[in-house]
Amino acid sequence: MLPAVRAEAPAILLLAALAAAPFLGFGEGYMLTLLARAMILAMAAVSLSLLVGGAGLVSMGHAAMMGFGAYAVVILDDMGVTDAAIVLPTAIAAAGAFALATGAIAIRTSGVHFIMITLAFGQMAFFTASSLAGYGGDDGYTLYSRSDVLGLRLLDDRLAFHFICVGALALTWLLGRLLLASRFGRVLRAAKGNPLRAQALGFDPFPYRLTAYVIAGAMGGAAGFLFANATEFVAPAYISWQRSGELLFMVILGGVAGLHGALIGALGFVLLEEWLSHQWEHWRILFGVLLILAVLFLPNGLSGIPAQLARVARR
Amino acid sequence: MSTHLLLIQGLNGLQLGILLFLIAAGLTLVFGVMDFINLAHGVQYMIGAYLAAWIAAGTGSFWFALLLALPLALALGLLLEFLVFRHLYDRDHLQQVLATFGVILVVNQGVKLLFGAAPLQVPMPELLSGGIPIMEGLLYPTYRIAIIVGGLATAGLLWWLVERTKVGMLVRAGATNAPMVAALGVDINRLFMIVFGFGAMLAGFAGVLAAPILSVEPGMGDNLLILAFVVIVIGGIGSIRGAFIAALLVGLVETLGRSLMPDLMRLFLSPSEARQVGAALASMLVYIAMAAILAFRPAGLFPVRAG
Repeated sequence: MLPAVRAEAPAILLLAALAAAPFLGFGEGYMLTLLARAMILAMAAVSLSLLVGGAGLVSMGHAAMMGFGAYAVVILDDMGVTDAAIVLPTAIAAAGAFALATGAIAIRTSGVHFIMITLAFGQMAFFTASSLAGYGGDDGYTLYSRSDVLGLRLLDDRLAFHFICVGALALTWLLGRLLLASRFGRVLRAAKGNPLRAQALGFDPFPYRLTAYVIAGAMGGAAGFLFANATEFVAPAYISWQRSGELLFMVILGGVAGLHGALIGALGFVLLEEWLSHQWEHWRILFGVLLILAVLFLPNGLSGIPAQLARVARR
Repeated sequence: MSTHLLLIQGLNGLQLGILLFLIAAGLTLVFGVMDFINLAHGVQYMIGAYLAAWIAAGTGSFWFALLLALPLALALGLLLEFLVFRHLYDRDHLQQVLATFGVILVVNQGVKLLFGAAPLQVPMPELLSGGIPIMEGLLYPTYRIAIIVGGLATAGLLWWLVERTKVGMLVRAGATNAPMVAALGVDINRLFMIVFGFGAMLAGFAGVLAAPILSVEPGMGDNLLILAFVVIVIGGIGSIRGAFIAALLVGLVETLGRSLMPDLMRLFLSPSEARQVGAALASMLVYIAMAAILAFRPAGLFPVRAG
C-alpha cells in the first residue's frame, strides 16, 4: 500500500464505519441521534485540530464559532428564512467574520496568552448570546423546524441527516487534510516549529495563521449550523467555555499528530461519556480517572496507540 | 444614597479581589515556577470550603474548622501532587490541561458522592456576625471586613516570604529561569513541592473564608478558576505583585460593573432592555479588559520573564 494512503487509513476506515453504522444494527433513533451529535462535534474538533496540531494555535474559544453558526440559524429562523441554501452560507460567513475580527487581535499573542485571549472572546460571545432577549436569552431558542434544502425537507429524515453528517465530517476532514499537505500547511507547520526561522525564510506567519484561524472558524460555523438542526434548539450554553474546553480535550485525547486524532478523540469522548453515564450515577469519577490515565500512559493520544504498541513489540 | 451604594459595592469588589488573589497567588507561582498549567487549582478552593463545612458541622465551631481545614487542605493538595501532578511536570501544556481537567471531574463528582449535590451552609462565627458602621446610617457586615483584613494580612505575609526569605528568593529565581536554578544545585523538586503545597493551602484558605458567605457546592471553584486565570494573565505570569493588583482590579471591575452597568445602559435603552444588556456587558467587562491589556501588553502588566 502507498504510504500516503496508509497514513490516512484510520480516518477513512472510521468514516466508512460511520457511513455503514445504520446498516450494522445502529439504525434506531436513539443511536442515530447520538452518532449525529458525535459527528458534528467531531467536525468542530477536526477544525480545531487544524489550529492546534497544524498551526500551534491552542484556542479556548472554538465553541463560539459553533455558536455563531447556530445563532445564524436561530436569527434567520426567527425571520422566517429556513432554506439551507441561504442559512448555511450565512452561518459559515458569520463564524468566519467573527474569527477574522478576533483572530486579528488574538494572533498577535502566543502560547498561554493566546489560550486566554481566545477564551476572552469566547466569553464575550457567550454573554452577548445570553443577552439576546428576543432569542430566548439564557433559556435558549427552540427552532420552528429544521432547515430545508431548496424546499425539500431533507434534514427531517433521520437516515438522510445521518448521511449528511457523515458527508460533512468527511468533507471537513478532507479539506483540512489537503490544507495541511499544501504549501500553505507547510508554512503553518514551519511557523509552529520555529517562527523566527520561518520569518527569516521570508514567511511572515501572521497572514498564514490568520487565514487558518478564519478557515477553522468557518468550519466551526458549519458544524454549528448542523448542531442547531440536530437538536432543533440553541442556547448560550453551546458557547460556554466548558464546551470550548471539551472540544480541546477531544483533540488532545485523540492526539494532535494528525487530523484523524480529532476524529477518534471526538467519537471516543462522546461515546464513552454516553456509555459511562448509563453505568453509574457518579460516572464522571470514572471518566476523569480514564482521562488522567490516558494522559499518563498515552503521550500521543488514542491515535498514537498503534505506534506505541509497535514500539513495545519491537523491544 | 448613591455614594453609599458605591462604597458598599467598592468594598464587595475589594473582598472578591482578595479571594481571587488568594487563589491566583498559588496559580501564578505554580505556573511561573513549574511551568505547569493546573486547571484543578479551583478544586483546592472547593476542598477548603468543604472541609470547613464538614468540620464546622462536626464541631460547631468556625474557628476550629479554620484551624483544621488548612493543614488538611495542604495534605490533600500534596496527595494530588504525589498521585497525579508530579508525573506531568515535564509534559507539554496540552497534556497538563487534559489531565488536570480529569482531576476536576473526579473531585467535583467525588464531593457530590460524599456530601450530595445540594449546597451546604456554614454558620458565620459568632464574633464576626453583625455589622460595622462605616458611614452614618450604613452598616457593613463585619465578616466581610474580616475577609478583607485577613486577606491583606496574608498578602503581606506572602510578600515578606517571597521578597525577604531564602526560599522566596529561590521561588523568584525559579519563576525567572527554573532550569538555571536546578543547575545551580538547588533541589528543584523539593522547591516545586513547597510552592505547590503552599499554593494549594492558600486556595484552601480562600475556600474556608468564602464558605460562610457563599453556598458550598460542587463545581464552586470552576468559575473562580477562570477569573483567577484572567488575573494571572493580566498581572503577568509568575508575579505575585501583578497577581495582587490584577486581582483587585478584576474584583472591582466585576462587582462595580454589575451594579453600575444596568443604570448606565438606562440612559440609552428601555429599562428591561437595559437590565439585560447591562448584565451581559458587566459580565463581559473583565474579558474586554483582559483582551485590551493583552493586545497592548502581550506579557501582562508585570512580566517576570524577559521575552
